[in-house]
Amino acid sequence: MSTLISLLYVLAFGLFIFGLSGLTGPRTAVRGNLIAAAGMAIAVVATLLTPGTQNWLLIGLGLVIGTLLGVPSARRVKMTAMPQMVALFNGVGGGAVALIAWSEFRTTDGFAAEPTYVIVGSLFAGIVGSVSFWGSLVAFGKLQEILPGRPIGLGRAQQFANAVLLIGAVGCAVVAGLGEASELWIIAALLLAAALGLSVVLPIGGADMPVVISLLNALTGLSAAAAGLALNNTAMIVAGMIVGASGSILTNLMAKAMNRSIPAIVAGGFGGGGVAPGASDGVDRTVRSTSAADAAIQLAYANQVIVVPGYGMAVAQAQHAVADMADLLEAKGVQVVFAIHPVAGRMPGHMNVLLAEADVSYDVQKEMDDVNGEFNRTDVTLVIGANDVTNPAARTDPSSPIHGMPILNVDESRSVIVLKRSMNSGFAGIDNPLFYGERTSMLFGDAKKSVISLTEELKAL
Amino acid sequence: MDGTLLANLAILVLAGFVGFAVISRVPNTLHTPLMSGTNAIHGIVLLGGIIVLGRAQDPSVLDQIILVVAIAFGMINVVGGFLVTDRMLGMFKSRPPSEPTP
Repeated sequence: MSTLISLLYVLAFGLFIFGLSGLTGPRTAVRGNLIAAAGMAIAVVATLLTPGTQNWLLIGLGLVIGTLLGVPSARRVKMTAMPQMVALFNGVGGGAVALIAWSEFRTTDGFAAEPTYVIVGSLFAGIVGSVSFWGSLVAFGKLQEILPGRPIGLGRAQQFANAVLLIGAVGCAVVAGLGEASELWIIAALLLAAALGLSVVLPIGGADMPVVISLLNALTGLSAAAAGLALNNTAMIVAGMIVGASGSILTNLMAKAMNRSIPAIVAGGFGGGGVAPGASDGVDRTVRSTSAADAAIQLAYANQVIVVPGYGMAVAQAQHAVADMADLLEAKGVQVVFAIHPVAGRMPGHMNVLLAEADVSYDVQKEMDDVNGEFNRTDVTLVIGANDVTNPAARTDPSSPIHGMPILNVDESRSVIVLKRSMNSGFAGIDNPLFYGERTSMLFGDAKKSVISLTEELKAL
Repeated sequence: MDGTLLANLAILVLAGFVGFAVISRVPNTLHTPLMSGTNAIHGIVLLGGIIVLGRAQDPSVLDQIILVVAIAFGMINVVGGFLVTDRMLGMFKSRPPSEPTP
């Protein structure tokens, strides 16, 4: 029987890898996801075949509860709420690992007769899982706007506090692992790890969320792999490690796209003070505001329009209105392209998902490197709720806090129309010279309403 | 150090490289579905819950609660993750092939 289980595990993680490689292209992605899901089903069935399995009723109960809670929330969630949903699903995974570690401690009488690697794996998994659970809950709270999106923290003392919490959690875990320790030690380790999760994510601002979610995802993967080592379960090792590795790469990509290191993001405090708002150097500070009618005329007579969506589009739920407007422009013979910065929004690829929801073909969604050469050949660039990712100061002003961050070179296009709620600066509190540019005009108002009125004006032309 | 552990460590390292290789080729467009897909896959921790509960002799009430919650959490992670990914991916469409221009 155990040979059969091992073979099924091999089949399962083969399907995970095959499925994931399907996710690398839009055409094969749906199938890839289904294949990975099939792998998961096989892994679960194989585990249930373990000889001598007891407590069937309780196992079934857990599976049913999980299904009843998971399915409806996954079905109902709006596409704009996707980042917090992913954070939440990630969190419960981490929570499961932490609970399993705790219960392993309890059911083995405090690791009395376990080999060292089981103890180490289990305790590592417990700590990382607990960090991931509580960190993900904070990320969820921030994205759902239950918690304020601005950084909350102790400022300079934060890193010290984090270090103390980490050392404390590891210390308690070591005591718990030495054998015959009181259960309080492992509980203390998990609680200190929980405090660490809260303390790390609370000071991180909303715009850094793509990196954080991706990092927490990788952490949960690593904790799953460690739990797999402790339980001698190859399926968990492989699946957890694949997620850990891929999540780390994705995190790194995100951080690069912001020209920031992961430690700097985790240390928090971007926009949390210290940075003087960009000095204006007496440059022309006038802002030209425009009307929907004028902007519509500009758009209608362009050869090519590049649309740059940002978090503002997600907040205003404007993706369908934007897609309608793009269709109308296309019908008028204007070529429309969407330029998407890797960290636009609150999750890697957030804008792509929203545009896909609004039936915008992925062929016209261009990545930063592909589209940056096109701006100087573009008649009108329409910026919808994006700010920092278009800020030319990142290229030109060495004193700017975002200097060196790769941006979309919106300022190179022949004219720019910026849809913005007000002149408040972006998340990072950094002034954006683009808004004062000679070729820039601003259309103030809610992104969705502005786009709808643009569309109406276009229809009237 | 026994053979099982060594084999498991080897598997661990190789799996890391596989994850690295597979993901390096994903375009930005698909980062969100990719993340939620890998998110669903680490729901594999569900297996851990099943194993520990399955081998427990007469677990106490607290153990029962901890493990049932752990299994439920893992299950939410799995089904929620895969469903959400499927919903997202279902929306990614290519533009219908336009008629050949004369």
